[in-house]
Amino acid sequence: MAARLDQVEVDYGARRALGPFSLTLQPGEIVALVGPSGCGKSTAMRLLAGLEEPTRGKVQRLAGRGETSVVFQAPTLAPWASALDNVALPLRLEGRPREEAEARARAALAGVRLQGSEAAKPAQLSGGMAMRASLARALVTNPKLLLLDEPFAALDEITRRDLSLDIHRLWAAERPAIVFVTHNVEEAVFMASRVLVMTPGPGRLKSETQVEAPLPRPEGFRTSSLFRALVEQVSAALAEAMAA
Amino acid sequence: MKRALDLLAPVLFVAVLLLAWEVAVRALKVPTYLLPAPSQVFAALLQNAPLLAASAWNTLSMALWALVIASACAIAIALAIGLSPLAESAVRPLAVALQVTPIVAIAPLVNIWAGLDHPERAVVGLAAVVAFFPIFSGAITGLRSADRDLERLFDLYGASRIQRLLKLRLPAAVPFLLEGHKVAAGLAVIGAVVAEFVSGSGGSQGLAWRLLEAANRLQTAKMFAALLVLGLMGVLAHAAFQMLESWALKRWRGR
Repeated sequence: MAARLDQVEVDYGARRALGPFSLTLQPGEIVALVGPSGCGKSTAMRLLAGLEEPTRGKVQRLAGRGETSVVFQAPTLAPWASALDNVALPLRLEGRPREEAEARARAALAGVRLQGSEAAKPAQLSGGMAMRASLARALVTNPKLLLLDEPFAALDEITRRDLSLDIHRLWAAERPAIVFVTHNVEEAVFMASRVLVMTPGPGRLKSETQVEAPLPRPEGFRTSSLFRALVEQVSAALAEAMAA
Repeated sequence: MKRALDLLAPVLFVAVLLLAWEVAVRALKVPTYLLPAPSQVFAALLQNAPLLAASAWNTLSMALWALVIASACAIAIALAIGLSPLAESAVRPLAVALQVTPIVAIAPLVNIWAGLDHPERAVVGLAAVVAFFPIFSGAITGLRSADRDLERLFDLYGASRIQRLLKLRLPAAVPFLLEGHKVAAGLAVIGAVVAEFVSGSGGSQGLAWRLLEAANRLQTAKMFAALLVLGLMGVLAHAAFQMLESWALKRWRGR
């Protein structure tokens, strides 16, 4: 088990944002959380990251430094630091020596096809490049759990598809468990082996769909009948969740 | 062409004003001690150029010293506050009280402390008080300006307070610090001039003293010349800090 939410509830003031909600993550599995805005998916993610405590219920997670990584909606890079320094940051915070941190950061940047951009500042990177640098920073500690909070939200379609292929390729190397938050059904079915649909306010589990296809996805998966059928199924569940 | 006109317009406007002034003063036979003609001001400027330049340098160097002292104090206190939120509750009311107290009101006190033999110390001290607040305020705002998600990332990786301050909050504060220093530089010059007036002795030998001296002798043209130098100095100082700021920001951001 990589992480578990057990009957968690989160209240913001008098308003219930999430729960009761349970989720058990197996090592190496990719789970997508799909739901309309305000369904508490980002809250669930912050619980898994240990950035927030549940009002009720239990969170079990790997608490070691660097064992959990987060990629936010925006690249969230430090604008004053080079791509290399941004990616090396988690290791430097762990107290690793500069040479080791930079060598691993260089390798992580190469892993997201950013070799040659080490010295560039975030303002000099395109949106897609910045997001890939952010992904490299999350992977540089070899996490066991990778949390992706709508990482494609601000990207165009082509960049989005490239990045999803990158994520699968990188996942295949170390096989971290991944939780992927999105409101895009096709992205969810493409990315994840398990798609959870959530209801809005408060966020609860609406349905769970297994995606029985190999990861990384075979060529032409997006046009396969299985993919289309699952997208329809998840869309229907999402429509029901929003109507409720 | 448009750009050339934009640059030319203020020059022409000032030239027309000066011409009107010259003609009016001559035609109406206004006494020199009341309002000298621009040509007389220019003559006074040339005649007193070495003295005025030396005085301007005195005022400027006092203002720069004040800026250095204010900067060191403001940043040190802001860093302490960055490490401990309690320090901010402790310091802020005092800093605001200092900010809203008119500088002329505390000048006599600072004069006593500096001693009659060292009026320039009083001037530097008073100008530093004026320059302190914009830097302090910029530092406080800047130290809090880091992206919320970046703060979360530092939580996630278990950063210590020192790491958070040095690797996140301080670099995030740089643009605010630059802006604070730019504003403070202008205020330090104003503060130095006001302080010179109030300290009321010739010991500091700055531009304000030249103004007082000329006023006492009814040398109105020389007063205008001193004012002109003062204004020119302010404009140049502002432009210099503006250039410094945009150069530093460019480096900070990488473009």
